[in-house]
Amino acid sequence: MKTWRRPVALLAALILMMGLAGCGGGEDQITVRYLNFKPEIAGKYEELAREYEKATGVRVMVDTAANNTYEQTLTARMASPEAPTLFQINGPRGYAAWKDYCADLSGTELYKHLTDKSLAITDGNKVVGIPYVVEGYGIIYNKAITDRYFALKDRSTAFTSMEQITSYDKLSSLVQDMQKRRTDLGIEGVFASTSLKSGEDWRWQTHLMNLPVYYELQGADLTGEAVKNIDFRHADRFRAVFDLYTNHSVTDKSRLGTKTVGDSMAEFALEQCAMVQNGNWAWSQIDDVPGNKVEEENVRFLPIYGGFPGEESQGLCIGTENYYAINAKASAEEQKAAADFIYWLYSSEMGKDYVTDEFGFIAPFDTFTDEDTPDDPLAQEVRRWMDNKEVESVPWQFTLFPSAKFKEDLGASLLKYAQGTKSFEDVKADAVRSWKEEYAATR
Amino acid sequence: METRTLRPWFAVFVLPTLAAFLVAFLIPFVMGLWLSFTRFTTVTDAAFVGLENYTAALADADFLRALGFTALFAAVAIVTVNLFAFSLALLLTRGLRGTNLFRSVFFLPNLIGGIVLGYIWNLLINGILGLWGVDITYAASYGFWGLVALTNWQLIGYMMVIYIAGLQNVPGELLEAASIDGAGAWTTLWRVKLPLVMPSVTICTFLTLTNAFKMFDQNLALTAGAPEGETRMLALDIYQTFYGRVGWQGVGQAKAVLFFLLVAGLALLQLRLTRRREVEG
Repeated sequence: MKTWRRPVALLAALILMMGLAGCGGGEDQITVRYLNFKPEIAGKYEELAREYEKATGVRVMVDTAANNTYEQTLTARMASPEAPTLFQINGPRGYAAWKDYCADLSGTELYKHLTDKSLAITDGNKVVGIPYVVEGYGIIYNKAITDRYFALKDRSTAFTSMEQITSYDKLSSLVQDMQKRRTDLGIEGVFASTSLKSGEDWRWQTHLMNLPVYYELQGADLTGEAVKNIDFRHADRFRAVFDLYTNHSVTDKSRLGTKTVGDSMAEFALEQCAMVQNGNWAWSQIDDVPGNKVEEENVRFLPIYGGFPGEESQGLCIGTENYYAINAKASAEEQKAAADFIYWLYSSEMGKDYVTDEFGFIAPFDTFTDEDTPDDPLAQEVRRWMDNKEVESVPWQFTLFPSAKFKEDLGASLLKYAQGTKSFEDVKADAVRSWKEEYAATR
Repeated sequence: METRTLRPWFAVFVLPTLAAFLVAFLIPFVMGLWLSFTRFTTVTDAAFVGLENYTAALADADFLRALGFTALFAAVAIVTVNLFAFSLALLLTRGLRGTNLFRSVFFLPNLIGGIVLGYIWNLLINGILGLWGVDITYAASYGFWGLVALTNWQLIGYMMVIYIAGLQNVPGELLEAASIDGAGAWTTLWRVKLPLVMPSVTICTFLTLTNAFKMFDQNLALTAGAPEGETRMLALDIYQTFYGRVGWQGVGQAKAVLFFLLVAGLALLQLRLTRRREVEG
């Protein structure tokens, strides 16, 4: 008995000690530590990092935040000795939170190649965020189903193609008639579920809300006091679109509190519906649905027509909330290594291939030409709408929304409206109040 | 003799645990205390602001609403969990057939993590409410009773085991004496068994109280606060304060300190109250 006790005890103690020692360790080599925002391409980024190390000898460590947890992950990582040297902010509001950590990028090569300098986030003379991808969202529709509708003999509208849909009134009458004939069209509803589950409601509280805010703040000085208050002047137009989505949908209005974005995209992919509001990033999600029926060439974009003044020339909502920022608290060498890495990514042949073909990014730099557009159908559509000289894209004004809480509260408010337990007047009043309070609460 | 041979090993065995306790508990706790008096973006980079965060936390209507909801929930959960757990323990100490099987079955839910449980109950409850065309986000009362049901399901088995241990420790001669003196089942329960299992009651109320107040995963997975934050409990509110507004991390931290004081205070009070009723067995 006694003889084996001692070695076993020693072993147990050793194991405990080793567990602790395992937490330490470090290295001196200059590395780029990137905290990636997009989990869907995390694997591709790691592949790219290996290629970069092969080409230049500089190590790139890619760390990816899980979906919807970027701010949390960044907060945690920034406090560690191995803080990211390259990270991203989501716009002027994101900059407000990370002010002390954003280095001036005005001297970097990548900034010099930015096609539209107004897209960058600036603070006085400093450039603190460089957009690295341009994205667009609108109403995605399945041309196969709309064509099926246009071929119906007994339809009540005179439209013969989606090109004729250029305003809310036209869209609304088309949707209403399609909903009536949904069995002929083989769908369950025109629109996919309006996902209002908490955390899954950003398509409405952020993206749809962008439109009334954009039209309201048109011509205002966006860097000044003007943004601290809104009247939600176009609330009735917001409501009109929201009602169009929820009244002509696959899912009954009272049951939207459990629906997720994934549910909506699956409904679209399985041709249970003809339309869904989302952006070009959703292509991979549509494509990945098992049993996907939508043909690539039938996936199209339509602007979100809400009956806003001057919407005849309204295009897709084009912008980004992905801006590279370099950690101002990293050493000068590390900052330079990070700047070199992103410049290489967006200028070298291999880097550009990754950006276009693997990540599927539409890059806002002059090192890219029109041929460098990713070949997924939604990115192609975004490019087509951007190149259309007759329409004007709607910028992503939601980067000015005062806080995450504003958006969450609006989403919760919309859910109650959909369930019939809150009037739209209250939704409007709460949004106006919350906007003001949240700006005032910023510290 | 035994202690002397073990003494040289003290450092080897205690230090790792002590270090882990320091790193994972004591240091974060002290840091958290300090951070609640500062403005910070990351925890290593803070500026002292005095009591500002505490004033903001106490003026926050969401925080007070979460406090009210949590208190109500805790009250209901403590009563229901302990009542059910004690009843089951009584049933399963009577030597019924299959007692061991039942004990295991009731204990099993405790082995499932909170997030998973939350999602499972979310599906179950929505499946049932779906018959009326609504879901758990429709009204705060649905979420409330959903949380109560979930908590009961999760905690009853664990508390039951503690009560069973307590009941099995009731000396047989006392029960025998009671029955000879003509005490019925009810009197035996109230006058003999209950006073003797008071230590178990102390422990079980303590565990349910702290569990109910600290509940986070189940709340997040089941309702996430819907509708409009009406079912948001304290821990979830703290979490959302931290990330919901620019510059409010310090306020979230201040709320967390208040939360700690509240839970610790309540738990101590409860321990004093129930301990007083314990008798020597």
